[in-house]
This record gives sequence, structure tokens and C-alpha cells, in this order.
Amino acid sequence: MDWRQLWEICSAPDNVPIVGLIPLLIFYIYLAWKQAKANDELIGELETSPAMAKTHHRKTWPFRPGWQKEIHVWPFLLRIEFLAAIIVTIILMVWSITLSAPLEEPSNPNLTMNPAKAPWYFLGLQEMLVYFDPWIAGVVMPTLIIVGLMVIPYIDTNPLGSGYYTWKQRKFAIGTFMFGFVILWVAMIIIGTFIRGPGWQWFWPGQTWDHNRLIYEVNRDLPDLFGLTSNLAKAIFGAIVVGGYYLAGGFLVHALFRRYNPKDYQRMSLLQYSIMMFFWLTMVALPLKMLLRLAFNIKYVWITPWFNV
Amino acid sequence: MPEENGNGKNGNRVGLLERVKAGVKEDVQSLKTDMPAKAKEQIEGLKDPTKTQVFTSIFRHKHDDTPRNRALGVLSNVFLHLHPAKINRDAVRYSYTWGMGGITFYLFIVLTFTGVLLMFYYHPSKVQAFRDVLYLEHDVPFGKLLRNMHRWAAHLMVIAVWLHMFRVFLTGSYKKPREFNWNIGVLLLVFTLLLSFTGYLLPDDQLGFWAVTVGTNMARATPLLGHEGPFGKMLGMTPYNDVRFGLLGGSIVDANALLRSYIWHCIGIPIVASVLMIVHFWRVRKDGGISGPAPVMLTSEADKPRRKVE
Repeated sequence: MDWRQLWEICSAPDNVPIVGLIPLLIFYIYLAWKQAKANDELIGELETSPAMAKTHHRKTWPFRPGWQKEIHVWPFLLRIEFLAAIIVTIILMVWSITLSAPLEEPSNPNLTMNPAKAPWYFLGLQEMLVYFDPWIAGVVMPTLIIVGLMVIPYIDTNPLGSGYYTWKQRKFAIGTFMFGFVILWVAMIIIGTFIRGPGWQWFWPGQTWDHNRLIYEVNRDLPDLFGLTSNLAKAIFGAIVVGGYYLAGGFLVHALFRRYNPKDYQRMSLLQYSIMMFFWLTMVALPLKMLLRLAFNIKYVWITPWFNV
Repeated sequence: MPEENGNGKNGNRVGLLERVKAGVKEDVQSLKTDMPAKAKEQIEGLKDPTKTQVFTSIFRHKHDDTPRNRALGVLSNVFLHLHPAKINRDAVRYSYTWGMGGITFYLFIVLTFTGVLLMFYYHPSKVQAFRDVLYLEHDVPFGKLLRNMHRWAAHLMVIAVWLHMFRVFLTGSYKKPREFNWNIGVLLLVFTLLLSFTGYLLPDDQLGFWAVTVGTNMARATPLLGHEGPFGKMLGMTPYNDVRFGLLGGSIVDANALLRSYIWHCIGIPIVASVLMIVHFWRVRKDGGISGPAPVMLTSEADKPRRKVE
């Protein structure tokens, strides 16, 4: 166990935000979960007794008749904003006094940094370079993430859970988002920051970074396993596999979604449904491709003269 | 001599002197009595500065602790009038709101402030940039603090934006009628990351140089528009005319790239982001204020909305 190496990584000034992000995220997930649980219990109670549902104020916080429903922004909101600004300023001051921003040697195109890492918030995408070609990891994926986020309000037809934390009313939406944000975005950043060392190789926390380490990995392409040699056959084969994934996966998701989310399924238009399917399957394809690489050393699934997937 | 007396010179002279004397006496008297009285009255008036003309010209309403004045304090202030005068009593619960949107905006202000100060000491040229940062760290009073603060505020802003988005998703706050504002928010997220990324290169050190090299190398592989991307070659893309060239102003990360990222960082993106922020805040109000904490809805009520939305 190389504590020094571990300390060097964790205390690198630009890694400190991620060290801070982990407990923050855990805290806020806990906070959301706590409120979701309370709301779900209240919803359960109200569902069983319609009489109570008619009179209840429908929040987990106390409310008594006679209490004002609205309060003045000044001072009740502004004092919170003012306090928040002061607290953030204090945190920033202390942080800036105790920890200096990194400054390396002057830039030198002839001396490559190893590992050369992108800023920490892009390390998830850089990690994807292990599994995908740059045109997917660096261009298509960010585009799909942005567009995918933007279509969310237009494909989520579930009217429940607007304006309060809940889990039971929005299992599919929240599960998907948590998977995308926590596993695919934050966890990949953590791997990129703490695990990836020289040559973008995998070093467990506490393992010494060995700049001379070689890994003998023979990566194969999926068509090779089936003995395909001609370019045309490889291209057609890959198209079938990728297309097959979307078809078979789509069918599987359809079967499950119909059963477990019948109301959403009913509400969604064909366009909304197919957009949701496309983004969902594309997102799930990510860990699947990673699994193919890690477990079976498969590099490409689809090989064409122009691009490889 | 009547004539002599009559010419009036002597008499007038005496009369003038008398008048002047009397006038001065009056003036002295007024200094003795009026002035202290006025001063006393005005000092008395200063005890309540809210009644002075200067004050009332700035703040155009009274400050007694009445509901009316509390509301006017918000509504008659250009900065505060982003807020409504009154909000739902639960909307101030920060266990619900997390305050991350507001913190993001505050960090943007901090970054603008520290950023403008940093610009006084920085030249975006290959010869000067790195030296300027060294100078800033070692010679400029509080220069190191300034740079540290700018950097950490930027990192904090990225985290705050993510947590804000996370909260908005978990509370379903993107749902009708707030779909459009969620989209503005996604764009703001992208611009926050781009702001941070363009700033990364500016110290012109190894860290920034290689981070931006790694980042922009991806642009080579852009489908159609990059010289190493799918179908790029067929469309005549080379390292000297593709999208990466456009980003960097060259085929390598060099002086032009430094200047471009400086201009995007200090002028281009902040302006666009500010415009989007204006729209974002405006729409928060127009879409009905903060989404909650709203009363919970039951499954049986799902398809019949309580409040009809146009």
C-alpha cells in the first residue's frame, strides 16, 4: 500500500473538488432520499384513506389553519440568500488561503505529460476513450448527453412528482437519471481521477504509479471471433449486431416498460416513446461495451472503412 | 448749508453707514440666534436619516416595519425585484431547494469580480502569459489569493451547477410548465463547463496545455468536420481547415489558441451565459416561481390536473 501515492493524488489541488464532491453528493442523495421516503409514506397514507386526502394539506411539514400560506421575501428569503453568500465567501476564502491553485512548468509541446488528463469534469469522457473511438467519446457522446438532457421534459409524461421528492411515483425516471449521473458521469470521473495513472492504465488506489509498466493485452474485434475477414462482411456483420442490439434491446425494454409503467406507456406518443427508447438503449450500451472490453477484450463490434464502433 | 446739506451727500453718507451698521448687526444677530436654531433643528432631523432628501431620493418608500414596506423593499429595487414580494412559506426550506442555483449565480458574480481584477495583470500572449501568472503569485499584493479564489470558485461553480440540476430533476421541477427553462438550464450547464475549460489554458503551463490538447484533439475526430473523423477526409478536411483548426486558430495549441480561449473566456461566453441567465431567472418567475415544495399528488389524480395549465 503506497500511502504517499494515494496522498499525492488526493491532495493534488485540482483533485480536491472531486474529493469534496463525493461526500457532498452522498449527503444530498441522503437528503433527497429522506424527503422522498417521508413523502412516499404520506402518499401511501392518503391513498388508503380518501377522507384524509380531501382535508390534508399534502405536505410532510406541519401546517395549521390560521397560519399564513405566504411569507415576505424580505426578510425570510433574502436573509437565507445573504447568509448563503457569506458562507460561500468564507469557504472560498479559507480554501484560497490554505490551498494554492496548481501551476506546473511553462507549457512545452515537446514534453508530454503522462498521464495527460483533461480537467476533472471531463474525465468521464476521457475515460470513455478507453472503450470508444474519439469521434464517439469526444463528439457524439457529449452531443447525445446534451440533447438527451434537453428532451427529458418532453418525453417524461408522468405528471406525478412535480415539485416534491418521491421515489415510488417516478421509479423509472429517477432510476435512469441516478444511473446516468452517479454511475456513468460521477463514477467515471472518480475512476479517471483516482485510478488512471501513466499511460491511462488502471492503478488501484495506493498502488504506485509505474511509468514503465506494460500490459500485454490482445484486443480482438467481434467479427474476428466469427472468422470474418472481408471488409464487406465485417461491415454487414457489425451493422447487424448494432442494429440487433437496438431491436432486441428495444423489444425487451418495451416488454418491461409496458408491464411496469403501463400508465406512462399509455400517455406517451409514438415519437416520445421512440426517443426515450433510443436514448435509454444508447445509455445502457455504454456499460455493455465496457463489459465487452473488460471481460472479453473486444475492441470493436462494428468495423467499416470509415468508422469503427 | 442747505445746499450742502441738500446735496444729500453728507446725509446720505450717514444714512448708508447707519443702514450698513444696522444690517450687519442684524446679520450678526441672525448668526447668533437663527443659525444655532436651524443647526439644532437639522441635527435633530439627521437623527432619522431616512427622512433626508438624499435618502428618500434613493429609497422611494418608507422603512417602517409594515407589510407594505416589506413588499416595496423588494419590488422597488432593481436587483431584488427578480423576487416576488411574497412566496409560499415552504419555498424557503433549504432542505428542499438546496440553494444551489443561487449559489451558482453568486459564484458567477465572484468569478466576474476576481476575473476582472486578474485581467489587469494578464497578457494573453505566449511570451507574457506564464510570466504574468508568476508575477501575480509572487509580486502582486494578494495576487495569489486572487488567483486561488478564481480557480476554486470556478470548480465550486461546476459542482453547484451539477447539484442544482440534480435537485431540479429529483423534484420533477422540469415538468410542465417548466420544460423550456430546463433547456435553458442545460445550455447554462454546457456554458459553465466551457467557461471553466477555456480558462484552463490561460496560465499557459503544462497542466493547461495538455488538458486543452487532449480536449481539442477530440475535435479532430468530429464526424464530417474533423480530419480524422468519419467521412472527414471525403469532405476535404485536413488539419488546416477542420473544426479543430477553427477552435484553436491553428493546427497546434499555440499563441492563437491562447488568444482565442482568452476571448471566449473573458468576453464571448460570459456574455452569452449572462443573456441565458437573464432568460433563466425571468422564466423561473414567469413559469410560476419555484416548483415547490408542492402538495403531493395521488396516482388517482394523475390525469386530472388540479390547476388547468394553458
